[in-house]
Amino acid sequence: MLESIVIVGAGQAAAQLIASLVQDGFTGSVTLVGDEPHLPYQRPPLSKKFLAGELSFDRLYVRPAAFYEKAGTRLMLGTTVAQIDRQDHAVVLADGTRLPYSTLVLATGSRARTVPLPGADRPGVYFLRTIADVEALKAAFAPGRSLVVVGGGYIGLELAAVAAKHELRVTVLEQAPRVMGRGVGPVVSRFYERLHREEGVDIRTGVSVRAIEPGHVVCSDGSHPADLVLIGAGALPNVELAREAGLTVGEGITVDAQCRTSDPAIYAIGDCTVQHHALFERGLHLESVHNALEQGRIAAAAITGKPIPAEQVPWFWSDQYDVKLQMVGLSAGHDEAVVRGNPDQGRSFAVFYLRQGMLLAVDAVNRAPEFMVSKQLIAEHARLDPARLRDERVAVKDLKG
Amino acid sequence: MAKITFEEPSGKLHTVDMAGGQSVMEGAVKAMVEGIDADCGGACSCATCMVYVAAEWEAKLPAKQSDEKQMLEFCPHVQANSRLTCQIPVTDALDGLTVKIPPSQH
Ligand SMILES: Cc1cc2nc3c(=O)[nH]c(=O)nc-3n(C[C@H](O)[C@H](O)[C@H](O)COP(=O)(O)OP(=O)(O)OC[C@H]3O[C@@H](n4cnc5c(N)ncnc54)[C@H](O)[C@@H]3O)c2cc1C
Ligand code: FES
Repeated sequence: MLESIVIVGAGQAAAQLIASLVQDGFTGSVTLVGDEPHLPYQRPPLSKKFLAGELSFDRLYVRPAAFYEKAGTRLMLGTTVAQIDRQDHAVVLADGTRLPYSTLVLATGSRARTVPLPGADRPGVYFLRTIADVEALKAAFAPGRSLVVVGGGYIGLELAAVAAKHELRVTVLEQAPRVMGRGVGPVVSRFYERLHREEGVDIRTGVSVRAIEPGHVVCSDGSHPADLVLIGAGALPNVELAREAGLTVGEGITVDAQCRTSDPAIYAIGDCTVQHHALFERGLHLESVHNALEQGRIAAAAITGKPIPAEQVPWFWSDQYDVKLQMVGLSAGHDEAVVRGNPDQGRSFAVFYLRQGMLLAVDAVNRAPEFMVSKQLIAEHARLDPARLRDERVAVKDLKG
Repeated sequence: MAKITFEEPSGKLHTVDMAGGQSVMEGAVKAMVEGIDADCGGACSCATCMVYVAAEWEAKLPAKQSDEKQMLEFCPHVQANSRLTCQIPVTDALDGLTVKIPPSQH
């Protein structure tokens, strides 16, 4: 019998899986079921160039429609999978239709986290996860209007940057003592707070929002005018289907090095997973394009019996104003943070995170050379001399000594 | 419109007709050219869309901006004639361009 793959969720991980299956010579059938009415698209531009109106709609698509046609993929867009019947090797759609599979791939991604605030369901309150979200937001985006961003994560800050450029009056309210606390170290957070203030954004940290009322947001430090409100409270992995089917689920759907779940006929890839990472010696739940693409490639190799691509160091980027942040590795567990360049002046520096001299991670702010070199150094478990890292007279190519 | 030829690492030639209004990377990805990974989708953040440009074409391409220069500096397999295809817009002037894909983008 020919192998038939059903993929649940039509995001970037799914698109990469299909491209890699084609490259790896897969000859069975592939059905892609996605609840959004779109071909798989790139989310990063949603809070960047697409929101800014610098990128047209069709350029968000990872691959054109012709690609799926050529690959022989059956597309079922605007369609939700309601249940997995593992006994019978079938998924059940919301309307009761059953799709049999021999291999199932869960690529369900994550969704914007909601907040239990009074008024959070009012009109004028937006999220930023999907094309539909951006279309709604764009319609309300006009110079002179006031925008309150609840949550100072990178998506909220990217939106704040675009809004400031479009001459909205922007306030960012962050409950934690610093912005982007989950992703970067304190030095970098402080830099981003300065950057946004220089660009005219009112950044408030250590404040908690009490309620969203018509025209303003009520907060522990008073009330902030708000024609529109963006909730940027992070993401939640879509693990419910897997959990209800009895698969092992932790911070995400638990997968092995081949992206297989606790059921050998079911794989999971992308934002919805948690996977042991040999380099960091622990399970990682990553929400990044790089992870979605890597896991798409890995699952395709596993399904077709090709060699599994070598593990890579996780990385991420964020664009705000003229500043490109590139993060590589994971800083958790570091005992030293070494700064190269001046974070208090200008817009270019890098922070190296070390554990007993071993490089774990780098946050590079307009420092692509440091970022690119560090990718390699982290993979090699390189031990570095903090004094050399700090010394700008030492060329980037000589950081290793 | 421009006809752009990619020499894949295997030596296979792949000629693609590209419309304007996109980058060379986008045209290559749409045409399933093997070896243009383009992980960041054109944000000049990944350097996995790198190619080697044929000598006679180097001077005819738009000059590198500082973003691209910085990303290329430590890009694996980089050579003097390396370019990031996401930073090159397709124009009629590129008709006949030939580029070579590196052995790997990592
Ligand atoms: C605004 C924004 C900016 C970002 N910027 C960056 C960035 O700069 N750099 C970076 O590395 N990453 C960025 N990311 C993160 C990145 O986009 C994600 O990590 C990536 O999209 C994950 O891909 P995925 O395929 O796993 O999931 P998704 O892209 O979330 O796709 C999953 C799809 O599955 C669908 N689905 C879920 N359940 C079902 C079901 N039961 N039936 C049918 N369909 C279902 C979902 O609706 C969704 O369409 C950003 C994300 C957002 C939202
Ligand atoms: S696609 Fe990432 S740098 Fe070109």
